[in-house]
Amino acid sequence: MNPELLIWLIPLPPLLAFGVITLFTNRSNAASSWVGVGSAFISWVLGLLVFIQAIGIDHFGEHPFGSSVEWLPLGSGAFSIGVLVDPLTAVMLFFVTTTVLMIFIYSVGYHNYGQPKGDHDQKGLPPHGATVEHGDHSHTVPSVEPMYARFFAFIGLFAFGMFTLVVSDNLLTLFVGWEIMGLCSYLLIGFWYAKPSARDAAKKAFMTTRVGDVFMLLGIAYLYTETGTLNFRNILYNQEVLDTLAANPAIGGFWGLSAAGLIGLLLFIGTVGKSAQFPLHVWLPDAMEGPTPVSAMIHAATMVSAGVYMVVRMFPILALDEKTLGTMAVIGAFTALMAATIAVAQNDVKRVLAYSTISQLGFMVAALGIGAYIAAAFHLVTHAFFKALLFLGSGSVIHGMEHGVLHTGNHKVDPQDMFNMGGLRKKMPITFWTFLIGGFALSGFPLVTAGFWSKDEILADAWGHHHYVVFWVLAIAALLTAFYTGRQLMLTFGGEARTEEAKHAHESVPSMTWPLMILSFFAITAGWVGIPEKIPVIGGLLPNWFHDFVGGTLLKHPEALSSFDPIPLITSVIVALGGLSLGWLVYRNIKAGDEDPLKKPLGEIYGYIQNKWYWDEIYNGIFVHLANLLSEPFTYRFLDRTVIDGSLHWIAQRAFGLGGWFRDKIDGPIVNGFGDFVGSFTNRFGHVMRYVQTGRVQQYMIWAALVAFGGLFYFLAFVSTP
Amino acid sequence: MGLNVFAEEIPYLLIITLLPIVAGALLLALPNRHKLIYNVALGVATVTLLLTVLVFLGFDINGDQYQFADEYTWLPQFGISLKFAVDGISTPLVLLTGIVMFTGVIISQRIDDRPREFFAFMFILASGVFGVFVSLDLFMLFFFYEIAVFPMYLLIAIWGWKETREYAAMKLTLYLFIGSVVALIGALAMYFTSGLNTFDMVDLAAANFSTEFQNLWFPFVFLGFAVLGGIWPFHNWSPDGHVAAPTAVSMFHAGVLMKLGAFAALRVGIMLLPEGAHTHMWWVILLALVNVVYGAFIAMRQNDFKYVIGFSSVSHMGLVVMGFATLNQNGFIGASVQMFSHGVMTALFFAVVGMVYDQAHTRQIPELGGVGKYMKIPTLAFIIGGLVSMGMPGFSGFVAEFPIFMGVWQAYPWIAIVAVISIVLTASYIIRIVSKVFFGETPAEIADHLHDVTRSEKLALGVLAFFLVGLGVFPGMMVPMFAEGVRQIAPLIGLGGF
Repeated sequence: MNPELLIWLIPLPPLLAFGVITLFTNRSNAASSWVGVGSAFISWVLGLLVFIQAIGIDHFGEHPFGSSVEWLPLGSGAFSIGVLVDPLTAVMLFFVTTTVLMIFIYSVGYHNYGQPKGDHDQKGLPPHGATVEHGDHSHTVPSVEPMYARFFAFIGLFAFGMFTLVVSDNLLTLFVGWEIMGLCSYLLIGFWYAKPSARDAAKKAFMTTRVGDVFMLLGIAYLYTETGTLNFRNILYNQEVLDTLAANPAIGGFWGLSAAGLIGLLLFIGTVGKSAQFPLHVWLPDAMEGPTPVSAMIHAATMVSAGVYMVVRMFPILALDEKTLGTMAVIGAFTALMAATIAVAQNDVKRVLAYSTISQLGFMVAALGIGAYIAAAFHLVTHAFFKALLFLGSGSVIHGMEHGVLHTGNHKVDPQDMFNMGGLRKKMPITFWTFLIGGFALSGFPLVTAGFWSKDEILADAWGHHHYVVFWVLAIAALLTAFYTGRQLMLTFGGEARTEEAKHAHESVPSMTWPLMILSFFAITAGWVGIPEKIPVIGGLLPNWFHDFVGGTLLKHPEALSSFDPIPLITSVIVALGGLSLGWLVYRNIKAGDEDPLKKPLGEIYGYIQNKWYWDEIYNGIFVHLANLLSEPFTYRFLDRTVIDGSLHWIAQRAFGLGGWFRDKIDGPIVNGFGDFVGSFTNRFGHVMRYVQTGRVQQYMIWAALVAFGGLFYFLAFVSTP
Repeated sequence: MGLNVFAEEIPYLLIITLLPIVAGALLLALPNRHKLIYNVALGVATVTLLLTVLVFLGFDINGDQYQFADEYTWLPQFGISLKFAVDGISTPLVLLTGIVMFTGVIISQRIDDRPREFFAFMFILASGVFGVFVSLDLFMLFFFYEIAVFPMYLLIAIWGWKETREYAAMKLTLYLFIGSVVALIGALAMYFTSGLNTFDMVDLAAANFSTEFQNLWFPFVFLGFAVLGGIWPFHNWSPDGHVAAPTAVSMFHAGVLMKLGAFAALRVGIMLLPEGAHTHMWWVILLALVNVVYGAFIAMRQNDFKYVIGFSSVSHMGLVVMGFATLNQNGFIGASVQMFSHGVMTALFFAVVGMVYDQAHTRQIPELGGVGKYMKIPTLAFIIGGLVSMGMPGFSGFVAEFPIFMGVWQAYPWIAIVAVISIVLTASYIIRIVSKVFFGETPAEIADHLHDVTRSEKLALGVLAFFLVGLGVFPGMMVPMFAEGVRQIAPLIGLGGF
């Protein structure tokens, strides 16, 4: 089938699913999951078909698939919406459709499909469980999510946004998908809207990313002003346009940037918001309030990847200005390190992963900042697989713990706190082994896992291109990553059960464990397509397919590092193994009621990182406060009501005063003398008019209007000459 | 059938303009029975809407600049004639008026205090609005402009919110009349200086006024009309007026009347005095910037639901003026689309506010909550309106705001940077309302009063939402018309290219 047509079709099934579920099947859980999962499956098949066709074409980057239609007419010409699949998009399509399908399937089990309705469950709150009678005794089982159908409608809409973003051939359509996802992110973080924390988190996520979005919008506007188009191919594959952008100074001479530099910077701020980079990272950890499949899909595998995807996509422009790239390197490296330190001291199983996501996205941004285009794209792909795996795994763990909570009936036990777990490897073997694979991939366990190859490539590029500061910062971050992963693995699955609930945990249903197993397959193999050829012994066994294929996206095919340097390789092996072992050593034997062993040696620093460097408090103190101050006391009460209305009222009073003066000094003595004379005439006239007069002002006005229009008709009919 | 609805000889614009006012007069002759009055009013509004749809569909984008033209000499000795025509910019606005009139009548079904007079005034108002949009004669434009403004006073003062209606009605009337007098002086100056002895705006546009003349008079004409567009610091009549007015009047007021100001400022101010516009626009855009940010800031912290929407109108109308002030095609197209989009959106907002207030008897946001459980369709409609107002892609707000920001960036990048703050602020106050009013717990005091709205009210909301979503998903239904209209006036005004 014609690939152009296929690409158009990819985003549509989930959108249709959204419509069908909202309008027709929202009362039936069974129908809604079939529609939802079915739509994801169709998109996956379509995506795979396109992907297979794409990889079968030599030098695919030079003649990608694409087509477009006009959408929004403007001053000159019009904006089009269109689709484009080039090597980068093809790879994106593959991992996005796959993870999305996995997460859709997983959601069926996660929301307790097939279980009875809860005893006291209500919409907007997570299900609490249902009591089932078994002969003479009863026990509590998980209950089905009360808004089951709605969930599938929302994630369908979300998937539509993500697919649109991936296949779009221009920044405008990309932005459309971007915003749809932002909206769905809001809806899904706040899915359990009866929880105030979920509502706040949803609002925070939406507002924070929106700050990034508006700057991105400006970047788009600027780009359009400079080039007259937003189409990727016309800008990014056109050396002439790129040269002009690099040569022109930025509007206002801002920071000595070139036009390309400022455009790049503005677009990058969009990424800072969407991909939760410092200083707009604060929303992502709170976003964990949403159901776990949402965390996995939106806040790990797809939406936050979209931010990085956008800068990867726009890389040819970003690369035109050193300062923009430098900014990205600094922000990315700083974020990678900062988030990794915070992750070390979190106890919530999902929050650790949330900070780890921020940190890993920082790796990608830093990689782009040092010009390592392929490495950034590579890490984007591998990270999506293993992070989706980890999140789904954590969801499975939480589910297992909730089983335990239902069993003991002690609802005070937080099923997400890792210090309440322990020993789960025996109770949940599949979850354990897959989580182990995901954790190893995240830590960069040498040679086998996908995370190793992509992270190593970033480090090797940083070293090879002499960005030593970035290299060491990222290396430390990688060490911390391995450490907190070891900590998480040990606290969750290692040792003995620390609570009654953990003892009664339970492996999840097949619809949850199958996606875990499939994703763990990719968490290992996805790295093998990009093994550098210069690596000793195994280099060259498999061709470095990823480099050749994705490299074709760029006008100038990026060159692989010319020589092999052992230092980065040794570093990444040491930090991965060292961090994991350290985590194992420190946390292998935590007993119930034990404190975090790090608390004592770290002292005050522990509190500092546990409280996330106090960013939330700082932002609340400054921005929220300032906005409140500006809106109510200053703008409204002072400016609007006091200054503007005040002067108006002052004028009105003076006018009244003037009126009084006229009345007393002029009207009374002078005019009235004459007026009394006229008055007697009016009096007589009034006797006649009494019949017309009803005392209602509005009727007078209508009479006046009627007379006016009567006159108009008269002229139309008799005087005018049409 | 052989009947050609687009036949040249049918004077559509004349009918559209006069039908409401004639119907209004007839209404007064009817017995004051509520149901009868409402049905007749609804019938008239439906016919008017259909006629405006016909004009919209019949407008040929590839045809002349002015279409459906009609001319009747009136006072030839002063060069006044009744000259009607629509161009690409005004055609959708005529449709907008038809939409708001139709939905406004439906929303007013429960008006039980003197419904006959209420609908009669509303129709007079509608006639005035139609007249301004279709007049090509400066004098007639003023004539209809005043007809549109004067019923406002009575509609607010008689049927308005008891607490503030007299104050608000007086404030509004004073502002608008003073504004129009200021503009009128400018218009008379043009008439006498041109020496053409005509009020025909097409002729006046070709009158070649001297630069000094244009620089002197542009501020008068532009600001005089822009008062009705809610320009800062002359905006204060509008939130007060919106809040005090009955629902349908708020819809008309914010939905259409404010567009009248912006439209007249464009047609009389910018189109007749383009050089003056070029000289003065730098400070106009600053005023508009204040509008945009200032209105949004205030809206963020209002406790009265209706005031939030009132100040959001101040903010969004600032975007319209800002778009025009860019003096480039993107800005103009965006501003025109924004006029339509904001008109429909704000009519929808006020309709929902009215429904909530009718039932809950309070508009204080802290006293409301969980309304969505009882009123599903109004909640959905409000959310759609909210998404429009946030500039979410897929809704008409984005189609309007994107070109505006594009245009502003071309003309004054720094202003664009400040103005985008408003997008964030808008999201903040919309989310606040949606979460506090429509979701959450329902306070016991209002829970007993809340119930679903009637089917016809749902229809009205559906009509409004249809245009917001339709235009957002498929801008091709209207934007090419605006774009063509702008392209045709571009050489006249000297608009910058893309």
